[in-house]
Amino acid sequence: MMTAIQGFLGPWWTLAWTLAKILVIVLPLMGAVAYLTLAERKIIGYMQVRIGPNRVGIKGILQPLADAGKLLFKEIIIPAKSNKYLFLLAPVLSIAPALAAWAVVPFSPELVLSNVDASLLFVMAITSMGVYGVIVAGWASNSKYAFLGAMRSAAQIVSYELAMGFALVGVLMAAQSLNLVEIVQGQEGGFWNWYFIPLFPLFVVYIVAGVAETNRAPFDVAEGESEIVAGFHVEYSGMAFAVFFLAEYANMILIAMLTSLMFLGGWDAPFHAAPFTWVPGFVWLAAKVSFVLLLFLWFRATFPRYRYDQIMRLGWKVFIPLTLAWLMVVGAAMQTPYGYLFH
Amino acid sequence: MERIISLFKSLLLIELLKGMSITGRHFFSRKITVQFPEERTPMSPRFRGLHAQRRYPNGEERCIACKLCEAVCPALAITIESEERADGTRRTSRYDIDLYKCIFCGFCEEACPVDAIVETRFIDYHGEVRGDLVQTKEMLLATGDRLEAQIAADRAADAKYR
Amino acid sequence: MNFETVIFYIFAAILLLSAARVVTAKSPIHAALSLVLAFFTAAAIWLLLEAEFLAITLVLVYVGAVTVLFLFVVMTLDFNVEKMRQGFWRHLPAALVAGGIMAAEMVLVLRTRTDNVAPRNFDVHYSNTKELGRLLYTDYVYPFELAAVLLLVAIIAAIALTLRRRKDTKYIDPADQVKVRREDRLRLVSMPAEKPARAAAEKTEG
Repeated sequence: MMTAIQGFLGPWWTLAWTLAKILVIVLPLMGAVAYLTLAERKIIGYMQVRIGPNRVGIKGILQPLADAGKLLFKEIIIPAKSNKYLFLLAPVLSIAPALAAWAVVPFSPELVLSNVDASLLFVMAITSMGVYGVIVAGWASNSKYAFLGAMRSAAQIVSYELAMGFALVGVLMAAQSLNLVEIVQGQEGGFWNWYFIPLFPLFVVYIVAGVAETNRAPFDVAEGESEIVAGFHVEYSGMAFAVFFLAEYANMILIAMLTSLMFLGGWDAPFHAAPFTWVPGFVWLAAKVSFVLLLFLWFRATFPRYRYDQIMRLGWKVFIPLTLAWLMVVGAAMQTPYGYLFH
Repeated sequence: MERIISLFKSLLLIELLKGMSITGRHFFSRKITVQFPEERTPMSPRFRGLHAQRRYPNGEERCIACKLCEAVCPALAITIESEERADGTRRTSRYDIDLYKCIFCGFCEEACPVDAIVETRFIDYHGEVRGDLVQTKEMLLATGDRLEAQIAADRAADAKYR
Repeated sequence: MNFETVIFYIFAAILLLSAARVVTAKSPIHAALSLVLAFFTAAAIWLLLEAEFLAITLVLVYVGAVTVLFLFVVMTLDFNVEKMRQGFWRHLPAALVAGGIMAAEMVLVLRTRTDNVAPRNFDVHYSNTKELGRLLYTDYVYPFELAAVLLLVAIIAAIALTLRRRKDTKYIDPADQVKVRREDRLRLVSMPAEKPARAAAEKTEG
């Protein structure tokens, strides 16, 4: 059947096939985003001795659909004297990088949309563009709260990107590759080979910087609902707001995915013994992603919001020196006979 | 030395992990949510909800239009007009409680010498058009008739503390 | 005209348009955002040339970091565009000369290297990241290190110029805040709630 369609489409086949593959990635991702919002509300509810949403469907299972339906039918209000085109462009600018990065994310050794050699760099470059959505939204809204949120967010994202980048440098030093598939393959053979053990400080920095990068609590000064209402998206409503929401959660899943790929061995089973090898690699990957996402939600349920200057101090004065120091350790150790510990 | 220990403590994120263990424990604890329309939290007999006017067992309304409640009301929510009824008693011709103004302090109930105006434990009322929440004498009496059993029981339960 | 050529012309058109917008846009914000678009399309054209490392680095560094800070500054400053445009015609000749020299230089440089511009077709697993790294750390190691030292000096100079200890700052180190224990701040004194009633009464009598 495939060849029949291929013949029918002719030169458009590549385009159609790529589009189909993109849909196969994006649609489940959107579903995951929707249910991540439910999981967040449920888990944080449970941690606060509540039970969370439980009215729509059995145990609230249809809540995300209800939310999406509500947002879909709400009016998009464009504030007076705002810059209309930039105002509407901003949500797109924020969700496009969040989705584009998935192009190079591998789900198994073969299952990857495009297996580029410099995929790690690609992911970093693409995620670094997410900040434009926030900045443009804050500026185009013509509102001081949105603007303050955008400023905070811009400074925060730029500073934490450095720490994140350095943490990734550690990974590529260990893996000696920029290719995500090869990075995962470098960790194969049980959990003691995963990079989170030799690169533990970088692992912690990466997760915390990931939380800061996605503007999640306790680093959510960009939203800071008790200080500046909702930060950069205070003027957004309806679907435009929903798109920001989607972008935030898609970014969360992306960070969780990258953490699992680079530090937690990707699709590698923790033990290469009988009961563990029966489970397919994809399930292991999903389990690891879910675990990191649980950490994200757990952080939010636990920690109070950082003060803005403390965030900057943490990023510049703690994380960057820490990652640089550990990079030196890794680099030096690789020249010694114990270098194999870091491979 | 102490500085070094505290540095390691902060680098190992011990306090953060402690905090997370607390929230982690609460994740598994029994949830205390009350499923509101189906379940309700217990209510005191002194609860101050929707107002009602009571009647004597023979069906005669208790209110004698003394206007003490109108005088004591801090929110000026009560409006009373009175006249002499055919049998020579003084009765209200108008007794309005504006629920938009009412702050549910219960002073009217305290002031009433004949226990006519009371606040019930009924809270599930609503208005559909503007003005719906101005309770007239008829509405108050109807509420009283409907909830008389509960009102009487609540007064009896509270009597020994008065 | 194959597919790649079409894409090249599309990107080139966007690049030229956005570059022109950078210079002509009235609002500095729009200029900066056009700059982002220009960088991005330039990166796309580099990708067409199979220079993926350079393309991605361009996006990472210039789009992801430099222009963000640029926008940051531009948004917080209060520009008076009218005032900035006042001397346009007066400065035009000098600007034309400077621009002309730059354009001439670029033409000269580009003309001497017309050969070999077309990308050589390597196999899929050829990594120009590796080649670039090898070149930078062997043939060009001295210029590379020199540039690195220069940047380091620039960083230190920038920090040294802007770093000043303010005397009136009320900054408190969070590490010190966390370390505070109750015993450091609070002294518990045990004392009876009040004098015994009788003793007090006797005292007033006496």
